[in-house]
Amino acid sequence: MSEPAKGISRTDVAHLAGLARIDLSDAELDHLASELPAILENVAIVQRAAGDDVEAMSHPLPVNNVFREDVEVPCLTPEEALAMAPASEQQRFLVPKILGEE
Amino acid sequence: MTATETLVPFDEALTRYDPVMGLEIHIELNTATKMFCGCPTGFGAEPNTQTCPVCLALPGALPVVNAKAVESAIRMGLALNCEIAEWCRFARKNYFYPDMPKNFQTSQYDEPIAYDGYVDVDVDGETYRIEIERAHMEEDTGKSLHVGGSTGRIQGADFSLVDYNRAGIPLIEIVTRTIEVPGDKAPAVARAYVSHVRDLIGGLGVSDVRMDQGSLRADVNLSLKPKGSSALGTRSETKNVNSFRSVERAVRFEVSRHAGILDAGGKVIQETRHFHEDTGTTSSGREKSDADDYRYFPEPDLAPVSPSREWVEELRKTLPEPPAVRRARLQADWGFSDLDMRDTIGAGALDLITATVELGTTPQAAKKWWLGEMARRANETGVDIDALGITPQQVAEIQKLIDDGRINDKLAREVFDGVIAGEGTPEEVVVARKLEVVSDDGALGAAVDRAIEADPDAAQKIRDGKQAAAGALIGAVMKEMRGQADAGRVRELIIEKLS
Repeated sequence: MSEPAKGISRTDVAHLAGLARIDLSDAELDHLASELPAILENVAIVQRAAGDDVEAMSHPLPVNNVFREDVEVPCLTPEEALAMAPASEQQRFLVPKILGEE
Repeated sequence: MTATETLVPFDEALTRYDPVMGLEIHIELNTATKMFCGCPTGFGAEPNTQTCPVCLALPGALPVVNAKAVESAIRMGLALNCEIAEWCRFARKNYFYPDMPKNFQTSQYDEPIAYDGYVDVDVDGETYRIEIERAHMEEDTGKSLHVGGSTGRIQGADFSLVDYNRAGIPLIEIVTRTIEVPGDKAPAVARAYVSHVRDLIGGLGVSDVRMDQGSLRADVNLSLKPKGSSALGTRSETKNVNSFRSVERAVRFEVSRHAGILDAGGKVIQETRHFHEDTGTTSSGREKSDADDYRYFPEPDLAPVSPSREWVEELRKTLPEPPAVRRARLQADWGFSDLDMRDTIGAGALDLITATVELGTTPQAAKKWWLGEMARRANETGVDIDALGITPQQVAEIQKLIDDGRINDKLAREVFDGVIAGEGTPEEVVVARKLEVVSDDGALGAAVDRAIEADPDAAQKIRDGKQAAAGALIGAVMKEMRGQADAGRVRELIIEKLS
């Protein structure tokens, strides 16, 4: 869905890190800004190998219509579901504050 | 919204601007299980009792598409006069919000299952064609309870409590192309469209389409363009408008608000807005920002959906009668005038009258109660007619009580009061409120005697053969019996006694 990457700046890396909610230090930004272009260059080589007549693949197998019937299967109990949560309250997953007041 | 924001009256705004609308409707399907896993979908279950490794996004879980949901999506697409894709994929919509444990929502991006459709809606006797851009499959999100903070919303909350029962329930999103109709009609057209889609999808039986329970949710996108200009303005997106009436009010309010900003030389901000039922206003939600870069990409865990043309044609055969055909048939069956029919559709009472008539009530009586009594009450209390708390079953029962001579029309209104107030069935309300008409000759006879004594002139006229004069005496008896007399029997008694 995206254009082949032509290069990636330190600003791009900072933007992507923001979208992915990854907190990177200045040193890490510098490091990735030099490393990511090399990775993208390798990807570009693979992309060149495939001709224009080869469509981008989104699934490893050429299959369509893998469906299930609309039939209920047993669920987890709330205890099982919440056992995996760092914190819970009122039988709900407790999620820390993520947004400040506007 | 800032305190200094001024609103321009709707009619005045329309002298300078034309509204451009876009409507998005989310419909929760009523499949037994979720979109990608076998968890049940019942409404109102205890929190986190309908989850599994797939909808909780545990590592290694593999989603598989619910065949019934695809079938429902295709039938909806066909009912909306859409093309059905020969091949389409799901896509990941990436965002960070605790309502989806995966950190993405499985949706469709540039390959919706249905596209390029339309519906025709009627407003005040005019037909407006609303073009459908697409209808795509996706999954609903969990429900969050925001604790602390001043607004009850996620902004500023101390923490949030999340219930994932709803996460993964199949959802179809229907998106219109831009709608440009005469400005004064825009609010009613928006409402009529949502109402029309509700009826259409309800008729397919693929969703409960209950706005009050959130199984149908409407978003209203609106911008203004100066009269004579072709440049589109910046739009606002008012989310989760929860009734037909609110759809209409949200359009009106946003027209007034946008006009106020533009008149003052300001710029409308592209943002999400919240609609407030109590005041009919909207308030600022969230500005569009970098965070709205959803980085869609094809979902690698799900195989593409490629409905065969044979399947699509099979499903086309299962569609119910198209709305226009159904309306024409009902109008003929019921003997309604064009105006009756227009009022019925305008009041959102077509299905209610249909159901009432199916229960044995005459079309005329059903029309009297729904369009006379119930539409008035809905208007006065500001709720949709189907949310008044009166069902076709109850209307049919009350009409039966009238037909059996146990109550009259006037008393029926009190029975409606009681039923709406939750006092029980019509029968129970009649008994508890002692509303039954008196047809017992002893009690009526005494009241008739008193009326004759009180109005000797009228009595004499009746003795002289002028039966029309009985009206005055009947009125006196009804007044004494507080409306609970059997008027027909009263008339007979008067004539008997005076001849």
